[in-house]
Amino acid sequence: MRLAVQLLFTVLTNGYAYGFVRGKIYQGSLKYVCVPGLNCYSCPGALASCPIGALQALLNQKGFSVPFGMIGFFFVVGSLLGRFVCGWLCPFGLAQDLLHKVPVFEKRKRLPFHDILKYGKYLVLVFLVCAGSLFLFGGYAKVPAYCKYLCPSGTLFGALPLLGANTSLRSQAGGLFLWKLGVLLFIVVLSVKVFRPFCQYLCPLGAIYGCFNRFSLVQIRWEKERCAACGACEKSCPVGLSVNEISRSSECIRCGRCVGACPQKCLHFSTADSSRGETKYYEHR
Amino acid sequence: MGFWKNSRQYLWVWGTLAGIVFLGIGGLQGQFAVIWQKAVMICMECIGIG
Repeated sequence: MRLAVQLLFTVLTNGYAYGFVRGKIYQGSLKYVCVPGLNCYSCPGALASCPIGALQALLNQKGFSVPFGMIGFFFVVGSLLGRFVCGWLCPFGLAQDLLHKVPVFEKRKRLPFHDILKYGKYLVLVFLVCAGSLFLFGGYAKVPAYCKYLCPSGTLFGALPLLGANTSLRSQAGGLFLWKLGVLLFIVVLSVKVFRPFCQYLCPLGAIYGCFNRFSLVQIRWEKERCAACGACEKSCPVGLSVNEISRSSECIRCGRCVGACPQKCLHFSTADSSRGETKYYEHR
Repeated sequence: MGFWKNSRQYLWVWGTLAGIVFLGIGGLQGQFAVIWQKAVMICMECIGIG
């Protein structure tokens, strides 16, 4: 079911087919709003904006103004969904999921030194997205440092389709494009071996939504009294979380594998019902 | 104790409300127009040309 939701959401939010044919991008008013996941607005099919790109666009303005619009967006989406977005609604997450299904290499959940490397995404957020966009200049204009130097989603969904269909752009590609292509290839190969390496170690959007995981509306609840401590959930968790950490940890992407794996059915997707103060449970298939 | 427990249970409501307020402030400051202007042009940096 999750794969179907991921595919459907990716197709719906990248449905501007004309752009892929002509090597152009959608220029309509839907781009006033952002999609919740990492989805480059220079993807020819993109119908809405990328939240990290939008944040950088606000930080790239002359002078400094607090990017209230994007802070508000992150508060709303984070408070409602947390990293459920990563697990279910992110196109680049879907790409990594599909790559991890390729039957090559012995699979790993994490990289060595995971407990240190997992903070990489916070460093990317602070230094590349925020500080980089505020203080890094290209000529007289500030540059969106994260998009320019790191974002593999932009290369995969933006650069490759655009350069494939637009010959005038193709002739301008140089060293920077090769650097970004190298970053993408590294992430692609690593994704075959390790589960979602970009999400776990580098994604600034995951870092933001992770801060909301503990109290967001959508949760995975654990009924401790029914738990037989069989460890099935921990074995199934693709990011290697313990049952105590599932849903509460900022690393949990709410993929729901633990819910499906629990033989006692003591893990559930849930929402807190604000009108009655009860918790609603949903079975996940 | 009950008050704090309930408050924590509904933190997502406060977060959402705060987000809506911030969105409103951003809208009043014209920030969504800035985002739109950036998003409707091909971002040369994003595709590794700029």
